[in-house]
Amino acid sequence: MGYFSDIIHGFKTLLTGMKVTGKYFFNARKEIITQQYPDNRDTLTFPERFRGRVDMPHNENNEHRCTGCQACEIACPNGSIEIIWDRVLNPETGKKKKAIEKHIYHLSMCTMCNLCIVACPTDAIVMTHEFELAAYDRSDLTFVLNKPGSKLMAGVEE
Amino acid sequence: MRTGTLFDPIEQDLHTDEYKINMGPQHPATHGVLRLILTIDGEVIKNVEPDLGYIHRSIEKICERDNYRQIVHLTDRMDYLSSHINNEAVCLLIENALEIEVSDRVKVIRTILDELTRISSHLLWWGVMGMDVGALTTFMYGFREREMINDIFENTCGARLTMNYNVPGGLMWDIYSGFVRDTKAFLKHFKPKLKEYNDLLTDNIIFRKRTEGIGVLSKESAIAYGVTGPTMRGSGVSCDIRKLFPYSAYDRVEFEEIFMQGGDTFDRYLVRMKEMEQSIHIIEQLIDNIPEGETLEKTRAVIKLPKGEFYQRVETARGELGVYVISDGKKSPYRMKFRSPGFSNLSVINEIAVGHKIGDFVAIISTLDLVIPDIDR
Repeated sequence: MGYFSDIIHGFKTLLTGMKVTGKYFFNARKEIITQQYPDNRDTLTFPERFRGRVDMPHNENNEHRCTGCQACEIACPNGSIEIIWDRVLNPETGKKKKAIEKHIYHLSMCTMCNLCIVACPTDAIVMTHEFELAAYDRSDLTFVLNKPGSKLMAGVEE
Repeated sequence: MRTGTLFDPIEQDLHTDEYKINMGPQHPATHGVLRLILTIDGEVIKNVEPDLGYIHRSIEKICERDNYRQIVHLTDRMDYLSSHINNEAVCLLIENALEIEVSDRVKVIRTILDELTRISSHLLWWGVMGMDVGALTTFMYGFREREMINDIFENTCGARLTMNYNVPGGLMWDIYSGFVRDTKAFLKHFKPKLKEYNDLLTDNIIFRKRTEGIGVLSKESAIAYGVTGPTMRGSGVSCDIRKLFPYSAYDRVEFEEIFMQGGDTFDRYLVRMKEMEQSIHIIEQLIDNIPEGETLEKTRAVIKLPKGEFYQRVETARGELGVYVISDGKKSPYRMKFRSPGFSNLSVINEIAVGHKIGDFVAIISTLDLVIPDIDR
């Protein structure tokens, strides 16, 4: 008796499992969470706080907010950020002031930990929503974030 | 019919020998790059020897170079399925050492995210567990529900796995506006799913036959090897850090510590399944009354711990994670040591796997719930 009841019980448990999978088999449209990724590139939505590549936003006059204080360089755990700066003469005040020459960002070392963004006192750098970051050459992974000829936005330093 | 001889010529020609095979480093059933050297006699396992170091990144040594703020993000890369809990361990240690009292809001948010992390980790484990014993469907189902949690994480802190949401003194940001709504939607969606999981896998006769009585871990050897987490609670030993040494908001919530007495693979499986229910229960108690308050306490720009030794333990999805710091008063720790749950849980494998077949061995590793970067660090 135990032998047959075991067999019946076994079939029963298998059928219960089949009921669950069958439910999804016949309602295949329900609860689809996968996305047709490369095809839906244009309609992809990102959360506001998505952490992608670091970038430095510039306004229409080619001005950025980076004062060259190097807080991000110190905060970075991996040495992804390197700032080359110089003291530049301000023609209005006649004083020499710190200004960035190059804000170099090594994507290859970056872990997207967001510590540089938090450390920045002037909100000069942001995390973009850019996430397709593969490159064929290692040198393509080094970026100069400030655009050529750009300068500091007025009113940031105060 | 050969009679009257003690010497069997066929036995002598076809006698079996022990031999060694490598399981891993790149074996799909080892959940990562773990190399296990198995000594087997036919199908029966005689000895298991784990060979570590394949993905050692010397995180503890890097911690001696980095300052205390930077250490937090490295712990993401240890047990990547409990990254939020790992971050919390380091942050709690720094907060305790500097005697910073974080607000209730931070504590409650941390606890909710801890439990979401635990559910997400157990879901992945459930999926992979099913896959290891031959049921691919569970993998798809587990990841489907996990996706909702990952979306909540992504909205909260911008990353799905390496969260880095905790900072010494609180949280990097406040929660986003739809956090409560999304979490409730997830709980509502997830509760009926647990029953489905039980129908699909727990009660399945094939699964039961493959797990019951396999890999029995006795109470004594569980204690002797320092096993923690669900693996130990499957043997009936109380070891939940959330109960024994409550941190964050765990002292104000009610939940049960799950025990099973058998200590076999199926009991360890059941502990994790029931823990998910308890995690839901914890989140339900907290989600409706997140108190107002500061999300980030003021800390000095360069954090320096006072001289001395500090230890903080938390309960990750795999067991007890201990963080031990020796500070000499400088901005980086003099020595940092992580007591990772995976390492101790792995050490028991030889004890419980010997005498079983290779097919069962896969089920045994699966319920130990090993995350290899956690073992190797």
